[in-house]
Amino acid sequence: MINNEKNQKLRAIIRSHKRWDIIFGVVGLLAMSVGILTLAALFLQMVIDGFPRLTADFFTNFPSRRAGQSGILSAWVGSLLVMLVTAMFAIPVGVASAIYLEEYARKNWFTDIIEINITNLAGVPSIVYGLLALGLFVYTFGFGQSILSAGLTLGLLILPIVIVSTREALRAIPQMVREGAYACGATKWQVCSDHLIPYGMPGILTGIIIGLSRAIGETAPIITIGALTFIAFLPPVPFTGEATAGMFDWLFSPFTVMPIQIFNWTSRPDPAFHANAAAASLVLVVLTLSMNAVAIWLRYRLRKNLKW
Amino acid sequence: MSNPPLTGEARLAQLAKSKAARKRKDKMIEGILLLAACVSVFTTLAIVYILLKESLVFFSHVPVWQFLTDSQWTPLFDDAHFGISVLLAGTISSSAVALLIAIPLGTIIAIYLSEFAGHKSREVLKPLLELLSGVPTIIYGFFALLVVTPLIQKIYPDLPTFNILSAGIVMGIMIIPYVSSLSEDAMRSVPMSLREGAYALGSTRFQTATRVVVPAAFSGIASAYILGISRAVGETMILAVAAGMQPNLTLNPLEPAATVTSFIVQVALGDLPHGSIGYQTIFAAGLTLMLMTLSFNLLGYWLRRKYREAY
Repeated sequence: MINNEKNQKLRAIIRSHKRWDIIFGVVGLLAMSVGILTLAALFLQMVIDGFPRLTADFFTNFPSRRAGQSGILSAWVGSLLVMLVTAMFAIPVGVASAIYLEEYARKNWFTDIIEINITNLAGVPSIVYGLLALGLFVYTFGFGQSILSAGLTLGLLILPIVIVSTREALRAIPQMVREGAYACGATKWQVCSDHLIPYGMPGILTGIIIGLSRAIGETAPIITIGALTFIAFLPPVPFTGEATAGMFDWLFSPFTVMPIQIFNWTSRPDPAFHANAAAASLVLVVLTLSMNAVAIWLRYRLRKNLKW
Repeated sequence: MSNPPLTGEARLAQLAKSKAARKRKDKMIEGILLLAACVSVFTTLAIVYILLKESLVFFSHVPVWQFLTDSQWTPLFDDAHFGISVLLAGTISSSAVALLIAIPLGTIIAIYLSEFAGHKSREVLKPLLELLSGVPTIIYGFFALLVVTPLIQKIYPDLPTFNILSAGIVMGIMIIPYVSSLSEDAMRSVPMSLREGAYALGSTRFQTATRVVVPAAFSGIASAYILGISRAVGETMILAVAAGMQPNLTLNPLEPAATVTSFIVQVALGDLPHGSIGYQTIFAAGLTLMLMTLSFNLLGYWLRRKYREAY
């Protein structure tokens, strides 16, 4: 009888402990759904408010005082050009630094400094990069509030992302690949350029895409360098035959980008402009999320297909 | 091949020469790569130099003591006051709201993904959650101002249009993936044998998770929290859009307030002449921000070092 009672008690304890398992499972799912529902709500709200504004005119019109006629032509062209500069700067410099750190660097204090420094830079708030750009690019170098300044700023901002992911990609390549190449008499650079970079390419690309998707949505540093919000013209096109339109004039042109245009429309009291902001946000979010999706897919494929 | 192939000494000499050339080229390439690696060091030096240079000019006009103790922040008025505590109050209250959301939710999600979810659902849920950190912050700002604030106003009608609360909530949701991903990585690196030991003693999943895995992964989880804090402190656009930009010495999240970051945005939006005291205040504010995030990063680094359990 006593045994039976004890059994009952034990069972009750086990049941109550197991109940906690179920409760936590539900709580965990609820916590996940807070995040995912927010994402869904964000998306839905933009679609409801912004989708009606997404006509062809929206992409080919300049911003205007009348909400109904405003468009994002100067914003998307500006974003594209700034991204071009960012990519031209961050990709070579980032990949080269990663190759240096992973393949060439000796283990000494200087290498340690570079490594700690990169970790640290990844944690610097983006607005501080804006201040750096304001002091350095805009006033010290005299680039002005131009596409070049903005592109370089965002390039510096995403440099740690590109470096870290390239290093991971290189580290994942087994040592025997290097040894095989060296055994055939390859120099260090031949090993890097003929083997390591091609094999690490999916990982490197993932980092570049994630970096660029972060840069394209970055607002604070670009506001800090003083990008104008009302731009109703495009940067000069090279090779138009006019004397003023030199090859690189566009680099020094004033500009606006998508996030700044959104900020501008959001901060106006008139709700008609909010619809514009929603439409532009929808374009931007679809762009960044699809870049992220490509990166995730690349990483997934990479993990699946690689068998050394 | 017009020349006949070289033989003997001549061939060896030719080989040695081409080897030397190859080595020279390799050295040159190494130099170029090193130069690229130094760009990041130069970036840090440039940040420190620019912030210090402009801040020193600022502090020659405004004593440091006043900067730290004054309770007003009116740098652009005739009667200028420079009390950074006003902006810090905004930063602290908004970060507190964000962390109250991000830390509990992030931790629960991390435990759930690492200990409860099956392999398949983790593979789907984790990237989906990481998309949260891929959304541009300006869009979160827009969302906070035009969706979350009206929503809270339905429950609490006295809430002003611009307030710290809704900006903080949205910021917290944005930070969730930073906290959860890193914490989950830390928990997953806890060796299986510890879990198996716990299960063998009759623990349930929940007990294993909270009494074995979480304490064992503590250093990683703590550094994930610190990364979250440093993100919250440095976040700019959500606050600039949804929290209003007027300086307000209060810790009450139901009021509008400016933060260190949104003040910089506000000044940059205006038309301040280069070299004026207003222009220099943003560098002083930036220096404050940089020192805060730097100390958090160092704290995280130290925690990881000190409490790392080696298996």
